[in-house]
Amino acid sequence: MSADPIIAVLAEQFDGVEWGLSSGQDVLMVPKELWRDVAQAAKDAGFEMLVDETAVDYLGVREARFEVVAGFLSLEHNLRIRLRAAVPEDDATIASLVSVYPGANFYEREVYDMFGITFEGHPDLTRILMPDEWQGHPLRKDYAMGSVPVQFKSSPEAR
Amino acid sequence: MKRELHEIWVSGTEEPEWVRDSTDEGTQKMSSQERGGRLLEQTGSTVDDDFIVAEEDVPEDELMIVNMGPQHPSTHGVLRLQLELEGEIIRRCKPIIGYLHTGMEKTGEELSYLQGPTNVTRMDYMSPFHNELAFSLAVEQLLGVEAPPRAQAIRILMTELNRIGSHQVFLATAGMDIGALSMMLYGFRDREAILSFFEKTTGLRMNHNYIRPGGVAADLPDGWREDIDHIISTALDGIDDYEDLLKHNPIWEERTVGVGVITSEEALAYGITGPNLRATGINWDLRKAQPYCGIEQYEFQVPVGRNGDVYDRYRVRVEEITQSLHIVRQIADSMPKGDYRTEDRKITPPPRARIDQSMEALIHHFKIFTEGFKVPEGEAYVAIESPRGELAAYLVSDGSARPLRMHMRTPSFASIQGLPIAMSDSLIADTVATISSFDPVIGDVDR
Repeated sequence: MSADPIIAVLAEQFDGVEWGLSSGQDVLMVPKELWRDVAQAAKDAGFEMLVDETAVDYLGVREARFEVVAGFLSLEHNLRIRLRAAVPEDDATIASLVSVYPGANFYEREVYDMFGITFEGHPDLTRILMPDEWQGHPLRKDYAMGSVPVQFKSSPEAR
Repeated sequence: MKRELHEIWVSGTEEPEWVRDSTDEGTQKMSSQERGGRLLEQTGSTVDDDFIVAEEDVPEDELMIVNMGPQHPSTHGVLRLQLELEGEIIRRCKPIIGYLHTGMEKTGEELSYLQGPTNVTRMDYMSPFHNELAFSLAVEQLLGVEAPPRAQAIRILMTELNRIGSHQVFLATAGMDIGALSMMLYGFRDREAILSFFEKTTGLRMNHNYIRPGGVAADLPDGWREDIDHIISTALDGIDDYEDLLKHNPIWEERTVGVGVITSEEALAYGITGPNLRATGINWDLRKAQPYCGIEQYEFQVPVGRNGDVYDRYRVRVEEITQSLHIVRQIADSMPKGDYRTEDRKITPPPRARIDQSMEALIHHFKIFTEGFKVPEGEAYVAIESPRGELAAYLVSDGSARPLRMHMRTPSFASIQGLPIAMSDSLIADTVATISSFDPVIGDVDR
């Protein structure tokens, strides 16, 4: 099984970018230094739309703790491609895609908010879903589920 | 405390260092930029100015920042917009979201794959079936399982009915926002037939947990065919009412034509999909391009707009109701017989009667409802066409019975991001029309 010609050309442009199939879907493994370059190349190759950008926390599963995942869609060729880049915990930064795909703005803010990964070159990297003064990054695996004590009307104390 | 209040009140008027970046309500400052450059900064790309009314140079003290929402009734939930006004013209707009954030993606990591649909169905509460379908399809993609034909047909039937209901609510709320109050009554009146059918089939009017990995939870109820016929006739009658009320209504056209324009390039740049993208003239529908659940067997057309304004977004949705009704009629005529869920007992529970007779069935039942079923290691991204655009589930499995990561790509999130483009340099009176025309569901935005 080989990649669609458009994706094969995209993967061959860069050293260290590997094509693979994941549940039958095309995935490119990208070194994080090349993140923005590969995204730019994907846009030039006809992937007009960045549909999704998110991250996964592989705490205790993989050596590099985080993985940033971005999905691209080409309406012209009716193709999808997913870029994945490993991001280690001690250097949790990756290039921002806002200059390539303006729609990455909110997605990267969400990843920053939820995982604490910073995006270099993002115009407004602030929390988006959680309050500004929130401590911690909720979707990290070491962030406990926790609970808020419930105050029942008849009981004097929260329980 | 007094000092803080003082600082807020006088900020920006006397001493510039008193301008506060952050208050209890979040940041109260929009990023400061030069005029001309600042639209670029705010949206991240060059945008077409839809209409510029005022002269170029306005002193800073004539600009006013108005917070609209989160309690404003026309923000479709709890959306907050910071609008920088110059007279009546919006110069900049910054959407602030998160007021309905309930951590569903975090919750999803704690629930088994069987419990997952219960969680995701609450995200986009206007189209719960689509959430369940996206999640279930992603699980099935990881498992390598395909639901039987009858389950597929029921799924398409329910999601298309849901699309009709969602668009009827869009028409109702958009009409109400712009001032056509009768439209609100029509829309909710006609959706009632669909909701009654949902209640009859799934037990609930919303948050159904009906579409599950492996199939659907229950077969269609007796007499479903008559219910479908009733829904179709009600909806068709309803469309006549909507067209009488709005289609050539000069007041409606005055409020919507040429308002809140986005171009195709802007829609693509911001990942805006669904009717909002099609209204700009791009023929892109996942039901045609990347069909799911056998929807390619049914005949339908994709309505496409031209101008990308509020009027076109409204037209596209009305036409989509007609097309969805067409699909529903075809499914009702050709509903396949057979199982409504896969017979793989590792994934779907056995019938209740079997549990009394078979030890195997009892074990399967117990395992599924206590431990859940294990899903092979891997990750999958599966997208479907929801009433608002591309709705997708991104699941990462580590081989256990719970996902390592459950992410939903929601269409309203992208639409909200596109609001500033549609609003910058337009009149404040058009704000509400523009918001409602994008049809955002805040549950879908904040998750």
